[in-house]
Amino acid sequence: MTTIETTVAPSADNHGKDAEAFVTFTVAGQLFGVPVTQVQDILTPDAIAPVPGGPPEVRGLINLRGRIVTVIDMRTRLALPRGDEKTVMCVTVESDGEPYTLLVDSVGDVIKLPRSLREANPATLDAVWRDVADAVYRTDQGLLVALHIDRLMAIETK
Amino acid sequence: MDDLFQEFLAETAESLAVLDVELVRFERESSDTTILSNIFRLMHTIKGTSGFLGLPRLGSVAHAGENILGKFRDGELEVTPRAVTLILKAIDRIRGLLTEMEAAGAEPAGSDADLIDEINALAEGASAPSCGSGAEPAGLDELSNLGPRFSEDGFPVAAELLVEVAEVLSAPFQVLALAEPVLAPEPVMAAAASHALPKEDQPKQAEVKEQAAAAASSIRVNVDVIENLMTLISELVLTRNQLLQTQRGQKDNDFKVPLQRLSHITSDLQDGVTRMRMQPIGNAWNKLPRIVRDLAVETGKKIELVMKGAETELDRQVLEMIKDPLTHMVRNSADHGIENGANRLAAGKPETGTIALDAYHESGHIYIRIADDGRGLNVERIRQKAVANGLTTEAAIAGMSEQQILQFIFRPGFSTAEVVTSVSGRGVGMDVVRTNIERIGGTIELSSVAGSGTTFLIKIPLTLAIVSALIVESSQQRFAIPQLNVLELVGVSDRSEARVETVNTSPVLRLRDRLLPLVSLRGALGLPPQGTSQDRFVVVAQVGANTFGIIVDRVFDTEEIVVKPAAPILRGTRFYAGNTILGDGSVIMILDPNGLSSFAGQIDAGDSKAQDSHGAAAGPMSNRSSFLLFRAGGTELKAIPLELVSRIEELDAKAIEHVGGRRVIQYGQHLMPLVPFDAAHSWKDQGHQKVLVFSDNDRSMALAVDEVVDIVCDELTVELSSEHPGLLGSAIIAGKAADIVDVSHFLALAFADWFELAKSRAATRRALLVDDSPFFRNLVTPLLTSARWSVTTANDGVEALKLREDGQQFDVIISDIEMPNLDGLALAGAIRSDARWSRVPLIALSSHAEENDVSAGREAGFDEYLAKSDPTRLPETLARALRQAIGRGETDPLRRAS
Repeated sequence: MTTIETTVAPSADNHGKDAEAFVTFTVAGQLFGVPVTQVQDILTPDAIAPVPGGPPEVRGLINLRGRIVTVIDMRTRLALPRGDEKTVMCVTVESDGEPYTLLVDSVGDVIKLPRSLREANPATLDAVWRDVADAVYRTDQGLLVALHIDRLMAIETK
Repeated sequence: MDDLFQEFLAETAESLAVLDVELVRFERESSDTTILSNIFRLMHTIKGTSGFLGLPRLGSVAHAGENILGKFRDGELEVTPRAVTLILKAIDRIRGLLTEMEAAGAEPAGSDADLIDEINALAEGASAPSCGSGAEPAGLDELSNLGPRFSEDGFPVAAELLVEVAEVLSAPFQVLALAEPVLAPEPVMAAAASHALPKEDQPKQAEVKEQAAAAASSIRVNVDVIENLMTLISELVLTRNQLLQTQRGQKDNDFKVPLQRLSHITSDLQDGVTRMRMQPIGNAWNKLPRIVRDLAVETGKKIELVMKGAETELDRQVLEMIKDPLTHMVRNSADHGIENGANRLAAGKPETGTIALDAYHESGHIYIRIADDGRGLNVERIRQKAVANGLTTEAAIAGMSEQQILQFIFRPGFSTAEVVTSVSGRGVGMDVVRTNIERIGGTIELSSVAGSGTTFLIKIPLTLAIVSALIVESSQQRFAIPQLNVLELVGVSDRSEARVETVNTSPVLRLRDRLLPLVSLRGALGLPPQGTSQDRFVVVAQVGANTFGIIVDRVFDTEEIVVKPAAPILRGTRFYAGNTILGDGSVIMILDPNGLSSFAGQIDAGDSKAQDSHGAAAGPMSNRSSFLLFRAGGTELKAIPLELVSRIEELDAKAIEHVGGRRVIQYGQHLMPLVPFDAAHSWKDQGHQKVLVFSDNDRSMALAVDEVVDIVCDELTVELSSEHPGLLGSAIIAGKAADIVDVSHFLALAFADWFELAKSRAATRRALLVDDSPFFRNLVTPLLTSARWSVTTANDGVEALKLREDGQQFDVIISDIEMPNLDGLALAGAIRSDARWSRVPLIALSSHAEENDVSAGREAGFDEYLAKSDPTRLPETLARALRQAIGRGETDPLRRAS
């Protein structure tokens, strides 16, 4: 398993209230962002152990340096069709003290987005997305959906 | 100074917990000067140390408390509940201040004048006549200057205080949670209490020395350090496993020996740290005396709390998990279980109610029993409530036994308390209690006898962290099954003797003449189908009283695994107990046999809808068993406990012969009688006849049936109302009405000689049958009654002994061993030790009949010990046992003398 530690200089942190730094990634062509302060790790997963009988959003579990991390299939979570990506990446975050890693198509960059570009969720946003999106940013590469990690992890279990 | 302050907070919190317990004890035994000295000393220390650290509020409250204690000691003040309550209030106030201090780092501003005035008023009032010489109640102004006072008063006071601080800091401790400052280790209490202090001064020095000596052999460690250590050990175990795995594939080399050593050391280290995490269960109990005492005062009841086995140790993590459930249950018992004094006297019980807590180790588990001698649960009200709350229907509940009705209190959304008091509502939260206990792999059983009390029995594992597990594979995915649940492994293939067969669509395994319900791991988990090979393994697992088989593709070896809780979003899946990392670094899920057991004997698990509805309907229950559903003699469904059936056969109709007016078939070396379900059965000349075979060692009988429908797993809910011969009654099994078949009736038809009555006997003999399982009561009772025994049944030992109190007499007593409230062994002891029944022959009837069980039974006073495991042989073994127990010269008790 190859691991790329995210090294973020303090300056890239969202010190000022006027800007926030995001780790960007794409799922089914859509650009998403997670606050950089919440990202623990970015990795290429191998040996995902499936959890039969578990919720469909859970692709499985991986061993991340002795920690068991739950892999969340972002396509399933966001009600997107299953893709045929040859390579996938994982963005590890923590919610409620529990490590999760988001299975995405590709990981972009760390970008700092000024507050001025932030827009509230459009009213027409799909219900599932509206639930997990914190805000939408206008960027050069198109619209970026900033995700709310805790809400993203609030997966209903039967 | 900061460390000192922290120490002081932890110390004082512990002293307060001890004070709570000791004061409650003292209130009961107010003449015991040892307890009082101990209380006085603790309070004095708090006061002294507060002064030393400059904490005037704390000091003044402690001083006021000490004041009253001093008057108790000098006999100037009577020990009244009011006075004790006031001291307890002072303790609570100190505790409150400590909490604030811990958060703020300094004593909060404020005044305790209200409480101190109240306390002083009491002290004043009592000592007014003899005032002057006694300890003068200190005024508030003076007290608030307590901190600096020692320096004004000169060196001696300061020196005294310094000695006390030293004493406090060097007192013996075991590893304790700093985060849980109220925990008071039992040994400290015991040690403190055992120091008799007739006078204050002389022995004190000796005590200080002793405690200092003890301090040298124990240290206080922060819980985080231990938790960290445990995590590291877990990782070490994993790495060790990984190394061993690598080594296994290699030839002997230089690494082998050092690796073995490393392996041993790792195991020892693991043991050591596990032991370090162990804490006496008394730590979870020490708040209880106070709670019960306060409740007793509030409700005007008299309650005694008896605690046994407080030294029983268990894992810290487990301890934390059961603390709240235990407190909740004891509260419930005190508030609702125990009646008030007048009602108790009217019911012929002692005025003081008793709540007994008992903890003990047994075969890798901890058992905790919480018993009260109160009014018991109101079955009628639970029945009404369960129906009113929509948990069940009138029709369904009508067929339920009391035991089953009682189980409703564990259901979510159930409460019988008409008035929910400030303390508790009986039933409120019992579902949470059960959930908490089951979360740590424990079980809770309940039994209640109207008028004589309620008993809960909790069974929990010793530790959660590291367990031994069997690694299995299904559809190329590996899973771990906790070794504790695994009884045996059976290899099955088409060629081997053990084969997986299906009844309707439910897989079963013939295992030593028994049909074992099976659950396919692939089916239950919805794994993809795999190949065509029929070579598979069955893991025979046990959950509570249930035994079932899990079909897997492959079995690897046993590994020590570190149980890690599954992520919260996976906890809704009831198949898993957690997950772990194996030696090779792969992540696997740990199966929860509890969750899988509900699949055993189910309709093919591929149907997920059926799974869900079943899962929602009933969690795994201890009194679930598997039933064979079939049709015979009519279209109604008939049910028979699967464990009674040894085989299901299809006989060639042509092979059926007639001998002596009966139908028989050659079966192995013997003739097997064929019994129709009813006389109207139309025998076929052609084709096949389905039969259920019941057998003992050399005899078998076959019951002709029309159709085998299914195997289902459900609770046994017999309604004993059938007049029809051959039927015990009707029941609802897996949502369908079915008649429960009385096997003994057909055994009697097949082998009339087993049950021929001893008609010559003049008087009917009386037998007492003690068994908590309605099934066995229903099985054995007809055997006995058909032989002219008059049978009385009792649910458990307590009920049986009540019959003795009622003056009943029996010619024989047949008792189960494992029962709630009072088990068979204890019952035997009680019977043998009292003249009334001491000469009655005693027969044990138990599902555990290993050699040591039998010898334990005989030691307890049983004359005979029978295995329940083979109910079809019961008539014969029972007859023999009766014969032997009652006396050899007697007429054969079940069979006519030949």
